[in-house]
Amino acid sequence: MGITFRKETFRDDFTFRNSPEHIRRFPFPFNEDAYMYAVNIEPHVVGPKGSVLENLIDVDEHYVAEMQDRALVLAEDPLRCQLLPHMTLAGWDLLELLMEQQALGYPEHFTLERNGDRWRWINRPLGIDDTFTFGDTSTLPYGPMEYITRQSQGDFCILDQRDGNLWMDAGMVTTQADWSLDFDIGMNFFEWHAPVPLAHEKGIFTRALKFLTNIQQGKPARRLNWTMTINPRLDTSPENYHKWGPDRATVTPENVGQKVHLRVELQSFWRLPRSNAIVFPIRCYLIKMDELVTQPKWARRLHRVIRDLPEELATYKGLTRYRPTLVEWLSKLDDGSPTSPGFGPD
Amino acid sequence: MAVKTIISRPIYGTLSPQLGKHHLFIADAEGALAITDMTGKAPPGFFDGAEIVFIPGPEGKYIAALEALKPMQLHIAPSFASLLPRLKQTLTNAHMGLRLYLAGTEGLIGQAMQVALEAGIDHTSIATEHRGSLARRMQCVHCKGITENVTTQPATCSHCGLLLLVRDHYSRRLAAFQGVCINAEDRSEIPPIEEAFP
Repeated sequence: MGITFRKETFRDDFTFRNSPEHIRRFPFPFNEDAYMYAVNIEPHVVGPKGSVLENLIDVDEHYVAEMQDRALVLAEDPLRCQLLPHMTLAGWDLLELLMEQQALGYPEHFTLERNGDRWRWINRPLGIDDTFTFGDTSTLPYGPMEYITRQSQGDFCILDQRDGNLWMDAGMVTTQADWSLDFDIGMNFFEWHAPVPLAHEKGIFTRALKFLTNIQQGKPARRLNWTMTINPRLDTSPENYHKWGPDRATVTPENVGQKVHLRVELQSFWRLPRSNAIVFPIRCYLIKMDELVTQPKWARRLHRVIRDLPEELATYKGLTRYRPTLVEWLSKLDDGSPTSPGFGPD
Repeated sequence: MAVKTIISRPIYGTLSPQLGKHHLFIADAEGALAITDMTGKAPPGFFDGAEIVFIPGPEGKYIAALEALKPMQLHIAPSFASLLPRLKQTLTNAHMGLRLYLAGTEGLIGQAMQVALEAGIDHTSIATEHRGSLARRMQCVHCKGITENVTTQPATCSHCGLLLLVRDHYSRRLAAFQGVCINAEDRSEIPPIEEAFP
């Protein structure tokens, strides 16, 4: 039994929805009633069946629609996909990783056949059946990174490792939470994180870098990050901020449930075998408030987290304008009773 | 003076003589003074093998002071754009032992460093000293246009006309600070425009 892919949009009429099964598997990012930064990195190992961790590269009911949205973004702004010249080998590494993982997890949808350097890739949901020579860019319609990331959910950053640092030297970034690949490409780990408040002072990035530069092949790691988005819009890029920014002023007590979305990033970190680069997939999950509060524990907890969020973080995450409306709406779903430990719904 | 606010925001040092075979100075306006101030620290004959490229700016000052150093070569350029082909050629043909010194406005330092990076010179090996205006070179994140000599906060993009918050976030690759629409959420909000980078 395969996945039933939804026909839906992440722009204009915003028909994106989660099915009831996908609501239950949503990667809710709060395991307690408060939030502060932490180096919350753990081994990226397979998790329970029916969770987003069932496979290490998750494909879900939004796959086809997300890939269509990515194609629209790239047509409007090709600078969302960039690669510095020394990163082509890492692009091949990424192509191999994503083809292997998707074929492994979803054999009914993806097939990879290898005969030496001659590879055949079948992607049934997108109607692709290509045969190419691994390592020879002229045998693919795009460079290897662009080719495979047009067929994989989530943004992808490839980080070159040198001088004891990680350098953002390639990426496919169309579903980002307000940062610009075009601006940040070529920066090191501390530089591209420079605008993040509070975390530098807490030593978060120094510790995270130490961890990431030691990641070994075959032992990926992961963490969750989160923000909020008005309307189920994947492309909340700074490039288009003047187009989506006005959405933040449209939240009213009547439309919170449909307009306000929790946006969770499942970030994973993988050592690539040939290039020794790290690939950093940033997989974005969206859930509207009406869907989220079908799980009473999540409703209570999210109320407490958003209500008590430090002001700097609320500003950085862009919540300022609608936070009072959201907190008021969520407060009606919080009877003050305790929440059970852990991330999952009751 | 440029103040470290966030990690990507560059800060600059004070020029001092480096070990090297060939010394290339690129400076604009008051940046000339960073070079002349080196005379006390430099060993005898230091400037004999030096090339100084200078963009005097509208007031045309400091040329005589640089001539007095008697460098091997003093080249006066009317603008950075006019200097670019020469600079690219010099750096392409450069050998090990070249030392690069950049002095003056942030826009000059940033653009010269950008050319040097493209020529394969590591940014940490380049000596820099900020002198003169704090005016910023800004990339509009929306239309990607560069606006030169931004002195106000916020500032209007000279290409698309959006009113931009000039961030401290800086890209060496683009030699620019990032400008992001300051009133994207409600275009009717017009914050006061202040002279922030004189």
